[in-house]
Amino acid sequence: MNGPFDFTLGLGDDALIAAQRLAEWTTRAPEMEEDVALANIALDQLGAARLLLSYAGELESAGRDEDALAYLRDDREFRNALLVELPNGDFAVTMAKLFFLAAYQLPLYTALAGCADERLAAIGAKARKESAYHLDHGALWVKRLGDGTEESHRRMQAAVDQVWPYTHELFAADPAAPVDPATLRPAFDETVGAVLAEATLTLPGSGWAPAGGRTGVHTEHLAYLLAEMQVLHRAHPGAQW
Amino acid sequence: MVNPREAAASVVDPEIRVITIDELGILRAVEEDPASGRVTVTITPTYTGCPAMDVIRADIRRALAVAGHADAEVRTVFSPPWSTDWISDGGRAKLAAAGIAPPAPVPAAGVVSLTLAVRCPQCGSPETEQVSRFGSTACKALWRCRSCSEPFDHLKAL
Repeated sequence: MNGPFDFTLGLGDDALIAAQRLAEWTTRAPEMEEDVALANIALDQLGAARLLLSYAGELESAGRDEDALAYLRDDREFRNALLVELPNGDFAVTMAKLFFLAAYQLPLYTALAGCADERLAAIGAKARKESAYHLDHGALWVKRLGDGTEESHRRMQAAVDQVWPYTHELFAADPAAPVDPATLRPAFDETVGAVLAEATLTLPGSGWAPAGGRTGVHTEHLAYLLAEMQVLHRAHPGAQW
Repeated sequence: MVNPREAAASVVDPEIRVITIDELGILRAVEEDPASGRVTVTITPTYTGCPAMDVIRADIRRALAVAGHADAEVRTVFSPPWSTDWISDGGRAKLAAAGIAPPAPVPAAGVVSLTLAVRCPQCGSPETEQVSRFGSTACKALWRCRSCSEPFDHLKAL
């Protein structure tokens, strides 16, 4: 279905948009340590995004580098999953998004590390080590909030219920891709099941499964995010620090 | 002229200024073309998003130029991925002396375990606790000693 370019672009966009959303917490997190943690995770995502988008540009062979792909495309040209573009919401929603994303990216990057494409394999081998820390951090907060006070439990469950439908899109089958996302589902389900059980949270039933990100059909939230992320580059093309 | 390997190896990490890039294990190769004299340095980042890479590249070129190797190129590779196991024994000692607890060996199978005891670099006590697994740079976590109450950085195993 999708060639290596679309596949790589999708993963790069996932990382880029996740980085931008997480960075919105900088100076606003509930405590200093969390501010530093979310900024660090955003930086890891940005690092992976730069590698993936640079490689996507090479695969495309149309002269677009990482900056052209990040700053000079409109929302309909982005291929990230809807999950990462959703607004941060309260801290529980951010943690639900972080946890689900890491539970998907860790087996994804691990599988990439063993794929036939040397460049993707190198990126996967590098990024999976960082993903392990992201997953650990997200899982820790899901458990702390879920198995915490009555109010933290209520809000963490609401966050899981709100974000969960958007996870299905991550695993849409693509047998021609370097790694078929459908093959990552068992590992994801196992991680999520174990953490939610320990957090005394309930996994929502499967039903509504919004999708469209991989074909450029996004929520209204992405265009606002891009407007802020791209404004400097578009106002001052080629500007450097 | 100073040997290009020695010149590149002397570059100090811009974020942890007590340790060289060679001791940190991110300097992967230094090659000099015997015919042209052109030097090619290969480095690898600790973390994919490490913001110090541009400075490190510039510092390497500057060190080589000072050593008489103006014609130099710095390449970045990602495979094999950097591991804290590549930090030299000398580098670990320097980190500890600077108040940064060095990393434990990376467990097999790539599973990152966060439960290992970390010794306080100030008083040596194993009675320490993690304050945050993310710290002042991408490669560090923030810890606190329960014996002497000092907070300290810990270079986390990767």
